[in-house]
Amino acid sequence: MAEIPLNECCYRLNHLDRSWDIDVYMANGGYEVWKKVLAGELTPQEIIDEVKTSNIRGRGGAGFPTGLKWSFMNRHAPGPKYILCNSDEGEPGTFKDRDILRYNPHQLIEGMMIAGYVIGANTGYNYIRGEFWEPYKRFDNAVKQAYEAGLLGKNILGSGWDFDLYTHLGAGAYICGEETALIESIEGKKGQPRFKPPFPASYGLYGRPTTINNTETLASIPMILAKGGKWFADLGVPGAGGTKIYAVSGHVEKPGNYEVRMGTPFKDLLALAGGVWKGRKLKAVIPGGSSTAVLPAEKAMEMNMDYDSIAKAGSFLGAGSVIIMDETTDMVKALERLTWFYYEESCGQCTPCREGTGWMYRIVHRIRTGKGRPEDIEMLKDVSGKIMGRVICGLGDAASIPVASFLEHFEHEFRHYIEHGCSIYDRA
Amino acid sequence: MIKIEINGQVVEAHEGDMLIDVADSADIPIPRFCYHKKLSIAANCRMCLVEVEGAPKAMPACATPVTDGMKVFTRSPKARAAQKAVMEFLLINHPLDCPICDQGGECELQDVAFEYGDDVGKYSEAKRVVPDHDVGPLIATDMTRCIHCTRCVRFGQEISGLMELGAVGRSEWMEITTFVGKSITSEISGNIIDLCPVGALTSKPFRYKARAWELKAAPAIAAHDSLGSNIEVHTYHGKVMRVVPRENEAINEVWLSDRDRFAYTGLYADDRLTVPMVKRNGRWDEVEWEEALEAVAEQLRPYLDRPEEIAVLASPNATVEELYLLKKLTDVLGIRRREWRLRQQDFRVEVPLGLKLGLDEVEQLNHVLVVGSHLRHELPLLNLRVRKAQLAGATVHMLNPMDYASTFDIADRLIVKPSEMVRQLAAVAKAAGAELPTGLADVAVTDQHRAWAEALKQDKTAIFVGGVARMSRHYAELAALAAVLCEKTGASVNILPLAANEMGAQALDFAGESLNDMLEKGAKAVITLGVEPEYDTLWGERAVQMLERAERVINLTPFANARARAYSDILLPVATAYETAGTLVNATGTWQSFKQVTDAPGDAKPAWKVLRVLGNVLDVDGFDYVHADQVLEEARQAVAEASAEIAMPDALAAGGELEVVPSLSLYSTDMVVRRAEPLQQAAGAAVAEAVSRLEMESLTLCCEQACVELPNRCDEAVAEGVVFEPVAIDETLTAPAACAEVKA
Repeated sequence: MAEIPLNECCYRLNHLDRSWDIDVYMANGGYEVWKKVLAGELTPQEIIDEVKTSNIRGRGGAGFPTGLKWSFMNRHAPGPKYILCNSDEGEPGTFKDRDILRYNPHQLIEGMMIAGYVIGANTGYNYIRGEFWEPYKRFDNAVKQAYEAGLLGKNILGSGWDFDLYTHLGAGAYICGEETALIESIEGKKGQPRFKPPFPASYGLYGRPTTINNTETLASIPMILAKGGKWFADLGVPGAGGTKIYAVSGHVEKPGNYEVRMGTPFKDLLALAGGVWKGRKLKAVIPGGSSTAVLPAEKAMEMNMDYDSIAKAGSFLGAGSVIIMDETTDMVKALERLTWFYYEESCGQCTPCREGTGWMYRIVHRIRTGKGRPEDIEMLKDVSGKIMGRVICGLGDAASIPVASFLEHFEHEFRHYIEHGCSIYDRA
Repeated sequence: MIKIEINGQVVEAHEGDMLIDVADSADIPIPRFCYHKKLSIAANCRMCLVEVEGAPKAMPACATPVTDGMKVFTRSPKARAAQKAVMEFLLINHPLDCPICDQGGECELQDVAFEYGDDVGKYSEAKRVVPDHDVGPLIATDMTRCIHCTRCVRFGQEISGLMELGAVGRSEWMEITTFVGKSITSEISGNIIDLCPVGALTSKPFRYKARAWELKAAPAIAAHDSLGSNIEVHTYHGKVMRVVPRENEAINEVWLSDRDRFAYTGLYADDRLTVPMVKRNGRWDEVEWEEALEAVAEQLRPYLDRPEEIAVLASPNATVEELYLLKKLTDVLGIRRREWRLRQQDFRVEVPLGLKLGLDEVEQLNHVLVVGSHLRHELPLLNLRVRKAQLAGATVHMLNPMDYASTFDIADRLIVKPSEMVRQLAAVAKAAGAELPTGLADVAVTDQHRAWAEALKQDKTAIFVGGVARMSRHYAELAALAAVLCEKTGASVNILPLAANEMGAQALDFAGESLNDMLEKGAKAVITLGVEPEYDTLWGERAVQMLERAERVINLTPFANARARAYSDILLPVATAYETAGTLVNATGTWQSFKQVTDAPGDAKPAWKVLRVLGNVLDVDGFDYVHADQVLEEARQAVAEASAEIAMPDALAAGGELEVVPSLSLYSTDMVVRRAEPLQQAAGAAVAEAVSRLEMESLTLCCEQACVELPNRCDEAVAEGVVFEPVAIDETLTAPAACAEVKA
């Protein structure tokens, strides 16, 4: 295996002592781009063009091209506009943004400032997952430092441009990571997704045009502008530029975050993480977080970590949250936990998700406790199929995908439970 | 206009209309639960999913705007699969307890399940059970049946303006509930019963009384406020079982106030009169109608050569036909002493009532000045229209003796005692350029007054003078100043009619003597129609005393309480508005006729029929009507043009250190409402307490020597120098608001 370049973008300072301090950030080129922007050396259009050149796609999971998203906003439209950062990192298996908040908060702040400037927003909110108390404190302290350095606030560095940044701590609901639920939550309402259209670009926070980007996306922006869109694009693969942070968890020797180049082969990533633990064999991988389809080992080992390659393997890059399962994993138990998660986290607003997630959990739970019935497998497929595509937001689909994919690849394990009342690994 | 295709049928639509509305207009059925034309789009039930050509997923028709050339399929395999899937999900946790559910037979879930559900459920897990909360006397909850459509929640947020229900919890644990165990207090709360597509929210008074399909429905007009809301009355074996709104965009839209909805529960009170009765030697004899009417003629005859000895009191809720016949009969007999303006104590000047604007025009107003009105309680559905105007950008100013809890934003308010309300209104009029009479000419004009006057000078503005002003001792000044102000600013002046047929009584020029004069002078013989003077006037026992002193009292009434039995000589049981044909003229002057829904209990008869026969018995010509229509036709010919002018009174009414202001509960307004037990337990029902700024345990209110002691509730919302005294309740009758003063 060739040497794999690590931490070239969002994590570039993570190895430094007190990398979260503004002094360390500024000593390493931090806020230089922001100063250039304020000095008028980079126009909003040039920034958008550069971001488009970089081929960066949204790192929150949907993979929407960031440059295109920004171009939807009319910078000169009258009235307030908002830039929101989605740090409500709540998907099982995902923990990449947490380390940006902890170790490189200023790069994120700089990214938000630039994004706000491009879309004409004088106000930004960073919505941080409720459980992230320590990253929240760390980020909020960085915001204070930026204010003290005169990089945030009114008439920044005499440029005439105002930008205020607020840190908002969530209250522990997974659904608030959905962008319109996040908006509702900031507005002080119950976190429930809105029906779209209208999209946030026309009707967002407080009914105003709003752009929402993921933490990793925004934190990448200063580097894209410092080193050029082409530099970033060249790090990745055609159609998806840059580095990508993969949060590797599960049955590996060295679980953790790995910022590597887009398109790195999965097997290399697995090796970086120390390989499957205890010398065991790989059984399955969930490549992009719990709402992406599970893949059996043989498919995973052939794929590269980029959008197209993973899609070809039958799953999705998502947020890059790689869950490794070794050969001893009871897939029925694994799915039981996942269905419980979606059952518990459905916002309850629309019918198929509210009613269907509980139904799916109950069937899987029944099977896992040895009370499954032969018709349960068909019923599970039926229920997950009935939720899919009939809901307001993505959570319903996210809940269905694991069910469908676990059954696609590991149906025999469910059958074994139904027929024998126990897992394939239990002695009958 | 654009064209779209639904199931191959070409339908015209406006670009951007929602698909479900377009389909509705073409009578193409699309199932739905959360959608309601008066509420915002939620798109949460997912029942209205349909196939749209080119869209990968089935689309919710309620939230999909139409575009030219769009091709929609509501019954294609893809659409049906989506609809059936949603139906199945809705039913898995629904208890399916239709046999014991009041909604059964008129349940949207039942209806839609019949068409889109399967005959056998596949769900075999335990079902969700949701604990119920007691939300008050009007609405029964069975939240296990809830399908979370949030219509009731949106009603509170968007229509009533009181967000009393909300969704808490998530996933399957999401629950519609009141805020931390509170009850529902809105004066229009009953509408959520209609909105609820299932049996989660049902009518508590109607609970388990009858099944929907056993009821007979008949159209009628609500008779408990001046809006004249259109209703449907449901009867079971001739008894009124419930009242629901009938859609009329010009009046009540699809809504109904709780008062109009639940008043029927008072119809069969214990003191309902069912047999004509004549008092002989201090004892009541039940008699046949013929004998009773003969007795009326016999008892009146001695006074007929002295008609000035006879007085007539009629309810402002009586129908046009009833008032017309009573007027015609008494006119022929030479009796002029008639009154219907019962809850008024200031008769110094004539004040023409009427809402000059259509209710739809109220919504369009840019500015409203409310003078002396608890609008929410006086006319709940007019309040809704003002709220709509305010939400659309109108400003509202309030001049009141109390800062009544409002359901919309008040831009500015002056909360002062009634005599000061006169001076404040005078200052606004002065700022608008009006010349004021002595006593008011010297009022100080501030920037606030100038701003109020300016606001009224905008296009589309109105002043509403309400019931609080009407009942006050300063009514003449307030009405006259409002009129002057309107003249100077171009605003429309609206003296709000309150009872169901005040406009009819006014049109018929029924009144011939003011109530105050009548009480002062007394009468030898009195005829009353649907009046309980102790509650229906501001004079309490003083009004009763006038009847007690009379030698003869002929009482046409649906109910007879102990006092009525004591002062009356003849009791003639008459029908309520639910049991007669008739006509009511609403606040905007719309004449609304209705047919008889059901028979009054026992031998009680519609009052117009009683008066018609009484005319025959008294040998008066022209009383040979067969139908109520004939009476109405004649009444229409007799309509008098009311004067539009409101004169300034000669002298100003005196104010005081502490001014007693009558406060009338919205559930004390008429004899049927007062007997409606559920309403008497509801929020807003009369409480025997004085309300003021004073930090005192209790207050003593006296009319000369007669005093009552009331507990005092200190409320910051009340103006300085004001003591609210509840009227129409037994506790305050001896020192009624019309003459009460606070005893030091």
